[in-house]
Amino acid sequence: MQPETRNRKLMWWGVNTVVLLYAFVPVVWIVSLSLKDDATLNDGNYLPTSPSTESYSAIFSNSDFLRALANSIGICIIATLIAIVFGTMAAYAIARLDFPGKKTIVATALLVSMFPQIALVTPLFKIETALGLFDTWPGLIIPYIAFALPLAIYTLSAFFREIPWDLEKAAKMDGATPYQAFRRVITPLAMPGVFTTAILVFISCWNDFLFALSLTSTSAARTVPAAMSYFTGATTFEKPTGPIAAAAVVITIPIVIFVLVFQRRIVAGLTSGAVKG
Amino acid sequence: MTATPTSAAAQAIEDVADDGTVQIAQQRHSDAKKAERKLGLMLVAPAVVIMLAVAAYPILYAFWLSLNKADLRRPDDNEFIFLDNYITVLSSPIWWTAFGVTMLITIVGATFELILGMGLAIVMHRTLVGRGLVRTSALVPYAIVTVVAAFSWRFAWTQGLGWLAPETSAPLTEFWPSIWIIILAEVWKTVPFMALLLMAGLALVPEDLLKAASMDGASAWKRFWLVTVPLIKPAILVALLFRTLDAFRVFDNIFILTSGSNQTSSVSMVAYSNLIRGLNLGIGSAMSVLIFLTTGLIAFAFIKLFGAAAPGADAGGKR
Repeated sequence: MQPETRNRKLMWWGVNTVVLLYAFVPVVWIVSLSLKDDATLNDGNYLPTSPSTESYSAIFSNSDFLRALANSIGICIIATLIAIVFGTMAAYAIARLDFPGKKTIVATALLVSMFPQIALVTPLFKIETALGLFDTWPGLIIPYIAFALPLAIYTLSAFFREIPWDLEKAAKMDGATPYQAFRRVITPLAMPGVFTTAILVFISCWNDFLFALSLTSTSAARTVPAAMSYFTGATTFEKPTGPIAAAAVVITIPIVIFVLVFQRRIVAGLTSGAVKG
Repeated sequence: MTATPTSAAAQAIEDVADDGTVQIAQQRHSDAKKAERKLGLMLVAPAVVIMLAVAAYPILYAFWLSLNKADLRRPDDNEFIFLDNYITVLSSPIWWTAFGVTMLITIVGATFELILGMGLAIVMHRTLVGRGLVRTSALVPYAIVTVVAAFSWRFAWTQGLGWLAPETSAPLTEFWPSIWIIILAEVWKTVPFMALLLMAGLALVPEDLLKAASMDGASAWKRFWLVTVPLIKPAILVALLFRTLDAFRVFDNIFILTSGSNQTSSVSMVAYSNLIRGLNLGIGSAMSVLIFLTTGLIAFAFIKLFGAAAPGADAGGKR
């Protein structure tokens, strides 16, 4: 039995290596591009031969990029916070309360999450221009909230159903006030779910390209993914490879670290929302 | 004998009292119900209002725009033209090419995603060593911004720059190589998500059942097809439904990889070009409505034909 176990372990290490390569090869490539200097940029090597930080100093002295980074961070944080507050309220109601129209609301959320966003670009463009929201933070924040809400509601209501709500009653019997029962008993149980949902919502906002591209026209509200596609090189047709790679790494690394740290919670969040519903 | 009427009266009084308390209790109960309903509606109101304002109202507005000329280059020329925009779109080869490309990417992409996703799910579920490591790194493609991954693939396949690019040709300037690279980019990014959904399904397959099948002499292959697959069919269908709808909306990857050159535009790309580059809101809206209807048809087909239960479709969701 012993050598057989060892062989199976070896086999699994082989399979795991394939998975690791799958996940990291394109990521390491963009990092290595961002570290190549002008002379070796076009050598086609997978890894840089003489690493330099040229591209990073270029983007961090580019005011358009810095503005886009600030936009991305600001817009995504605000959209996440609002979506979480409204999503928590709705998910609590859906998980715990009995009221008419519950099914309709769940169906609406499902419809919105499956919505082809391009179908909204034309009307939103027109509406936002009329309301003066075009190319502003709220002009992006509002659609982000709308598309984050279904995700937030599903994930949170799945988490809330798992909470042993009887504990709240027990705490009240033991003499806790309703507020204390909520604050000391329910909140700590609910927080992990809320936090996980916040990560998922933030990632979905951070990832958006279509709205960022079509509902902005200047650096006033353009987020990094959209700004990257507007980076210009020596000629209009030539894309500045180094700076784009560096910008890509700058917006990727924080998310990757985030995901690596909260891996367990993210897996729980993604699967509970989608499978247990 | 005197006792009887008294006790009867007492009984009657008691009955009344009983009724009274029951009524009061019912009254209280329905008050509590009412309060609960009110609270429930109040709590969901903000979320519902935002979703309706951003999704429902604009799609109706898009429908209206699609029946008008609505060309921003000729704003004075706007008039109600009924279905003319739809006729223009549906008789345009550009639309049908884009539709074909989108369908191709959706079907081929979703097939690869299902196969690879199932493989990855089994690895994450079964591996004897480094389970945390595998699960964590599998999340990396999911977490990466699509545009970033698209640039990585684009540079990798750019002649004279990329490590994957052939010496003598530029794959991103030809139709079929471009399509394959777009599918590769889509598949790479979304396999982990697919795998996570399938893994959640795998976790629900009772280990005893697999052992019993094994005892009865079923091979691993047979156990997979005859025990695992039927049990996780709901998870497979939900994952496929999600991915098909998502793949049909493909935009980011194509925008970065080819900008739609050499007829590699998806329907979303074509609609986008008509809006932002062409400023033709009428045509763009007609395309939007058509995309919306197609998405609806895909979802409907999945739910009706395969009985895919969309998450939350059973409202209680206590599966």
